Amino acid sequence: MTEKKEQKESYPKYAPGTHVHDKDIYERKITYTWWEPEVQYSWSLGPAMSRFLQELKAGKIIGIKCNRCRRVIVPPRMFCEYCYGPTSDWVYLKDTGTVETFSLSYLDADARRIEEPILIGVISIDGASPKHGFMHYFGEMKPEELKIGMKVKAVWKPENEREGSITDIKYFKPFRGGEE
Amino acid sequence: MKDVAVIGAGMTLFRRRLKETGKELSFLAAKMALEEAGIQKSDLDMVVMGSAPDAFDGIHMKGENLIDGAAAAGKPYVRVFNGGGTGVFAPIAGWWHVASGVADIVMVVCEEKMGSCYPHPQTAFRHIWDPIIDRPLNPNLIWLFAMEMNRYMTVYNIKKEDIARVAVKNKRNAVGHPCAQLADPNITIDDVLNSEVMAWPVQRLDVSPPSDGASALIYCSKDKVHQFTDDPIWVDGVGWGIDSTMWTNRDLCFPRYVATAAKMAYKMAGITNPPKDIDFAEPYDPFDYKELHHMEGLLLCKKGEAPILTREGVTQRDGDLPICPSGGLLGVGNPIAATMGQKVCEVYWQLAGKAGKRQIPGDPRVGVGQAWGDIMQMATVIVLRR
Amino acid sequence: MSRKVCVIGIGHTDFNSMTPDMQWKEIMYEACQKSYVDAGVDPRKDIDSFITCAEDYWEGFSIFDEFVPDQIGAVLRPCCTVCGDGIYGLGNAYMQIKTGIVDVVAVEAHSKASDMLTYGDIVLFAYDPIFERPISGPVERPNYAGSPSYSKERPKPLVGSTDEKERIHPYFLAGLEMQHYLRKTNTTEEQCASVVVKNKKNAFNNPYADYEAKISVDDVMSSEYLFKPIKRLDISPNVDGAVSFVLADEKTAKNLGVELIYLSGFGWSSETPWLSTRGMDAAYATKAAKMAYKMAGILQPRKEIDIAEVDDRFSYKELQHLEAMGLARPGEAAQMLEEGVLDVKGSFPTNTSGGSLGVGNSLEATGLQKSLEIVTQLRGYAGKRQVPGAEIGIAQAWRGIPSGSGAVAIFKRG
Repeated sequence: MTEKKEQKESYPKYAPGTHVHDKDIYERKITYTWWEPEVQYSWSLGPAMSRFLQELKAGKIIGIKCNRCRRVIVPPRMFCEYCYGPTSDWVYLKDTGTVETFSLSYLDADARRIEEPILIGVISIDGASPKHGFMHYFGEMKPEELKIGMKVKAVWKPENEREGSITDIKYFKPFRGGEE
Repeated sequence: MKDVAVIGAGMTLFRRRLKETGKELSFLAAKMALEEAGIQKSDLDMVVMGSAPDAFDGIHMKGENLIDGAAAAGKPYVRVFNGGGTGVFAPIAGWWHVASGVADIVMVVCEEKMGSCYPHPQTAFRHIWDPIIDRPLNPNLIWLFAMEMNRYMTVYNIKKEDIARVAVKNKRNAVGHPCAQLADPNITIDDVLNSEVMAWPVQRLDVSPPSDGASALIYCSKDKVHQFTDDPIWVDGVGWGIDSTMWTNRDLCFPRYVATAAKMAYKMAGITNPPKDIDFAEPYDPFDYKELHHMEGLLLCKKGEAPILTREGVTQRDGDLPICPSGGLLGVGNPIAATMGQKVCEVYWQLAGKAGKRQIPGDPRVGVGQAWGDIMQMATVIVLRR
Repeated sequence: MSRKVCVIGIGHTDFNSMTPDMQWKEIMYEACQKSYVDAGVDPRKDIDSFITCAEDYWEGFSIFDEFVPDQIGAVLRPCCTVCGDGIYGLGNAYMQIKTGIVDVVAVEAHSKASDMLTYGDIVLFAYDPIFERPISGPVERPNYAGSPSYSKERPKPLVGSTDEKERIHPYFLAGLEMQHYLRKTNTTEEQCASVVVKNKKNAFNNPYADYEAKISVDDVMSSEYLFKPIKRLDISPNVDGAVSFVLADEKTAKNLGVELIYLSGFGWSSETPWLSTRGMDAAYATKAAKMAYKMAGILQPRKEIDIAEVDDRFSYKELQHLEAMGLARPGEAAQMLEEGVLDVKGSFPTNTSGGSLGVGNSLEATGLQKSLEIVTQLRGYAGKRQVPGAEIGIAQAWRGIPSGSGAVAIFKRG
């Protein structure tokens, strides 16, 4: 077996497998089987996320404080992952924040192409600890206006349309200090 | 701890769609590895499977379905999984099977069949998001990378063209690889910069493709390795680590979890000065910026310095610190877990001097493979040494 | 091989048929926190590695591993998912400790079965897509993107049997296997029903069990046939709950001053996934048990082992597994049951916790729930169901329909 080394062979020696092109499938040159699983879940929210979503319905963003490391955390959770102890005090936060990062997406969730880009990013929320925030859409701005570090403010759905979901905030719009 | 050597490896063709089923792909890769090691299925004590989301193959508990293909029927068999990190994590799990003394010869098989998922593998990725605060926004996985890439570029002031150099290098490196899906000897930086924008700043050629494929690796304990080779390739260090699920609660500009995993592996391997002690590396490169990000995480250079090394040609195959000499995921393809083929099998072949056209000049002795997974939080690192 | 591995901490939640007030993260947190307190360790400093046992589709995620680290204390630490029963997790923790790179490892497994709205179809999704699923019910094959549309001449093909409106429930496989077991060993349905009676009775003395009941063999026999010969009460109902273990090498365990319970052997094995060619005699349990006995140095399992927790997700499985593991001769298990050998006060107490029939089917946590009972018994904290003087116990779990995989762990009091 050790004699292999004498003639330096190149590995992988070959590449097994049969390439199938999309065309082969469209033209039904290959067979395939199909299954659509009936897969449905209803996740329990737990105390922290329940309160967070209820507050969104009321038009407010709430965070929670860890009394050991003094972090103000959003989205809230029942335990601090760094101190590994329960969190303690609820803290109302502002509905303004800073763009930490963003993207202009020309793809939808199934990777299909779309014409107008979706403006998406991470917003760190004012009142929470630095870099603490969540992902959301941006609106009322041109794609080229969107910059990391810009201040933004939540635009809420009308009260009667809110249902206790992250989408109760429609999107975040540019925010200049002092505006209401 | 028992010393563990690699004695064989194999990988299938990587393509967007392959005709073979997941079982058959596992079989093809396993057979190649058995051939290289010169052993039979009956010589294997145990088998470890690495495979990423069940949703790709469309089989719940898919590890169970792949048992026969992975030569594991009637044997102790376990599947491990941590998203994209699996490609290096499965070999780590295989390592502890042997290093613990529980088994002598263990095969690791990694399989992924992304082509089964309809209408697009991206559909499976919808379910990696938090169901409460992320999924209602109807997100696409590419967003995540686009946001991380944007943060990385902005914080360290990196130009898009310096990132595009990685895609060019890796797609060119892949030319010598028989399994490669997207090898291109003539690709230029302009091709990458002019490709379709998917989610700015991510463009089509910044991304590795979804693929079908499988790979396999065989380990042997020190007690038995003399039966197979006089010049074994040893597993010298392993490390893995995970960061918080709450990715919107930390700065995305530096992958601190990669550093955690790397330090664990380096400590075990006695590596004190990574850029000097390591001859080449295979960091995980599903996106071109990720290679740079991971080089920094692997402590191969300072933060924000990886693009400069790339621009200066240091990371080319004949450079001082070759990175992704296999062609990486960008060139060879990205069947999530099966990328063990580039990240670990390639390191083994390079160290054994068996990489043919892809061989790094200058007799490399220490190579590092790394993978990354989950929602920008998991890193797995392996160090091999001749 | 000189390092010995000990269980230094155990923790669990209550097992409940549903837990609408808690997120999966919170039940995991509760179990882990309790086990860390039990072991007297700080997870942020003292635990070197973390393992969760989970499968994506039980949870409803594509990569469940993402949603694990925060609640088990594993942020920026080595942490991984083992796609298998909790005992596979213990086995991997054992091997990690044996290598010497880590000293203390936490293993967690849980079930949030109540989050699944379509449990049957999710289990069916584990069947082979080409050979097995199509016989189980109708699926309309849609137009593949870009392919020519269907017409009268080229009708839309249907996969599967078309006269059924509903897909079959995947548990039918257990019906086939039970039929085989009854015939082969001359066991009766009534004897299997006695397993249910025993386990549900044992569960009365287990404070965390959810399906305790005082029922008779007649009650089981008169419950409806679902997958003949399996009746409704032969099946363990799903349950939510989490269990966490902390393992450590002997030296660390001694330094902590905890009572030493050794994980002295474990084994696991998988059979071929092909249902049609696979034997129906639980060969996976035979192989796994042999491996575990060898590792633990057990030569006469029936004599040396004091207490057993074997997988009883279907009533006949308890008997089948006892025989497969060499703890009863083929066909003897039912007799042992009738003679009271398997009772809490018998000479070979089996499933004293109430097993899955009494506690509930906790999916991948099944093996850890069984190990939990063994460790509790060996520590002597099992209260009314305590088996006096138990020194060596064995826990076994199977990965459930439709798999042919399972694992075994042997615990010894130090």
